Amino acid sequence: MAMSEVEIKNENLVYRKSPVLTDNVMHYCPGCSHGTIHKLIAEVIEEMNIQENTIGVSPVGCSVFAYNYIDIDWAEAAHGRACAVATAIKRLQPEKMVFTYQGDGDLAAIGTGETIHACNRGENIVVIYVNNAIYGMTGGQMAPTTLLGMKTSTTPYGRDAKLHGYPYKIADMICQLEGVCYVTRQAVHTPAAVRKAKKAIRKAFENALAGKGLSLVEFVATCNSGWKQSPVASNKWMEENMLPFYPLGDIKG
Amino acid sequence: MKEELIIAGFGGQGVLSTGKILAYSGVMQDYEVSWLPSYGPEMRGGTANVTVVISDKPVSSPIVHEFDTAIILNQQSMDKFESQVKPGGILIYDTNGITHHPTRTDIKIYTIDATAEAARRGNARIFNTLILGGYLKVKPVVTLENVFAGLKKSLPERAWKTLPENEAAIRAGMELIREKN
Amino acid sequence: MKEIKLMKGNEVIAEAAIRCGADGYFGYPITPQSEVMETLMERKPWETTGMVVVQAESEIASINMVYGGAACGKRVLTSSSSPGISLMSEGISYIAGAELPCVIVNVSRGGPGLGTIQPSQSDYFQATKGGAHGDFKLIVLAPNSVQEMHDFVFEAFDLAFKYRNPVMILSDGVIGQMMEKVVLAPQRPRRTPEEIRKECGDWALIGKGADRSRHVITSLELDPYRQEKFNEKLIEKYKKVEANEVRYETIMTDDADYLIVAFGSSARICMRTVEMARTEGYKVGLLRPITLYPFPYKQIAEIAAHTKGILTAELNAGQMVEDVRLAVNGAVPVAHFGRTGGAVFSPDEAYEALKSKIIK
Repeated sequence: MAMSEVEIKNENLVYRKSPVLTDNVMHYCPGCSHGTIHKLIAEVIEEMNIQENTIGVSPVGCSVFAYNYIDIDWAEAAHGRACAVATAIKRLQPEKMVFTYQGDGDLAAIGTGETIHACNRGENIVVIYVNNAIYGMTGGQMAPTTLLGMKTSTTPYGRDAKLHGYPYKIADMICQLEGVCYVTRQAVHTPAAVRKAKKAIRKAFENALAGKGLSLVEFVATCNSGWKQSPVASNKWMEENMLPFYPLGDIKG
Repeated sequence: MKEELIIAGFGGQGVLSTGKILAYSGVMQDYEVSWLPSYGPEMRGGTANVTVVISDKPVSSPIVHEFDTAIILNQQSMDKFESQVKPGGILIYDTNGITHHPTRTDIKIYTIDATAEAARRGNARIFNTLILGGYLKVKPVVTLENVFAGLKKSLPERAWKTLPENEAAIRAGMELIREKN
Repeated sequence: MKEIKLMKGNEVIAEAAIRCGADGYFGYPITPQSEVMETLMERKPWETTGMVVVQAESEIASINMVYGGAACGKRVLTSSSSPGISLMSEGISYIAGAELPCVIVNVSRGGPGLGTIQPSQSDYFQATKGGAHGDFKLIVLAPNSVQEMHDFVFEAFDLAFKYRNPVMILSDGVIGQMMEKVVLAPQRPRRTPEEIRKECGDWALIGKGADRSRHVITSLELDPYRQEKFNEKLIEKYKKVEANEVRYETIMTDDADYLIVAFGSSARICMRTVEMARTEGYKVGLLRPITLYPFPYKQIAEIAAHTKGILTAELNAGQMVEDVRLAVNGAVPVAHFGRTGGAVFSPDEAYEALKSKIIK
């Protein structure tokens, strides 16, 4: 019997897809963290009943098509410029809930300036920052967050600090900025982590609506295609290698 | 009526603001005006100049390389602009700091010792209104009434307390200017 | 009663932006146009009309803020000068690609590179031939007075929304720094959210209600054939712009034996050149393109038909002259005269050039 033919009675319903998610089939690789993070954002929007009031800014990177999956109004920003785009949307429509969704290359390499200055101005927006330590969309090149020794298509012998500099923690850096009210680092590799992550997104959204300043939620994420591992192995590799350098938990606020 | 004028000197001598008072005075008299400054790093202590055109018809070119009148306030400007006064035109300068005096014989040359007079009155800020008065004596392109109105317009309200001293300086400048032999 | 003021071109951009009911300005300081933002910050329009003013961290951020604001259906603008406009060009392409309305003011200066801060018209190619990647056009207005700096802010917003396309006001250091008399328009109210919904409700990011599908502002398309379809739509739009929006001014061209073509500050200088030539008995006229895109090809060709030669006078090494040659198509000689790098020619120099290159 096909799934669609199962009649689910309301009292038996334990899980359903949020109506804020569209029915589009996601283009993400199996095992990718993006899908789970999208789902959490959609659920928070649904639970806060702010679908009509929320505007997202999608980046250049794997999540460039985020606007196909979360059913709200979206602007697609040029590479790195999401925080500038979001700044104007929020300033011109202060009653709206405005968030950006950015990867590590978008936010911490090409968009570093826009990120830091939106933080410093204390824009009342939320930044969802997905850090998988690699450029997924363009085929697995080094990211600013790529770990030392990690192999990518532009660090085929492993990231060498002498050649490529060091991975850096932009989440920790922005904590010292007055305009930033909440910084946290989360992951979605276990059910427990997913539950915590959703709470973090909710807190960030509430901060923005309350006008408390900028909140950034970093997700340490997997890219099994870019890392050339199975989804299961990727989760393990992330726990053993990423999390010691990018430890989970609240950093500010 | 058309007057094409350049005021040139050091930044900080009130070159641009003198031009501004004149431009506003022209507006008060219902003339068309343009005010075009040199701008940039030179404003901070280097040379500064402003071209003012006052005319009873619309101003075609705000850029002119020959002037009816040149008001010269330092040597560099003298070197640069003496030759750009139209034949029959007027050159007015403060002798203070001028080592090479103008030599042209086909223009009218006037001197005004505004630096010395401002020092004598203990108020360096009236230097440029003294100069302006001298200019208006030899070239009364706008009425004194409109100059006073233009002066007020060109100043922010917080500076209006200086109006009496500046008006007095304009009148004094008219007495101070001398034709050079 | 008319409100007449003596103002700098740059100050007037700010004043006109407030008065035309603009919703936001986003900019970064650069000489010779910094008075635009300085005036706005001094006027504090957020306390009166509700207009937002943000000093961004760069021109790149500024233009992307403009993108975000325009995406909401708001009337937003930025201003900069040549090197800053180069930094913005990526964003301008995105704005054109997403079909967003906005106004960009370029108070241009001498280049290339960091160049000088003095007036120049060497951004003509950049403004009219795309100026960034992809097949798109900016509508370009070239003011030649402080009054036009004022008027063109209103005009530019009207055009931007009419065609959902970025509009550039291409000015230079002369017009930006110069003070002239200007008649200020009365304050227009900013559009209410309801008015924005009415005007832009079928595309702007104003929040997805249950009544409609989501709006996505993007210039991304993976399928080349769909991208081509979109580009064909842009081409159709530009055809309409070319058919309907050509603006120009002629001075004494009816009986002209010789024609000067000049825009912006150069046109002001050449108005004097025309006076000088007429005094000496030469029948010289002036055509001033007001829209640099769309360019008055047809009008120039018509006048060229009864002249013996054309001089383009520009503060550059020869840019608009290419369009004038296209217009004339070899019918009469076309020569270029220019100064570059921030040097500005005088009416006399233009007259000498006219005599040596055209009248002979």
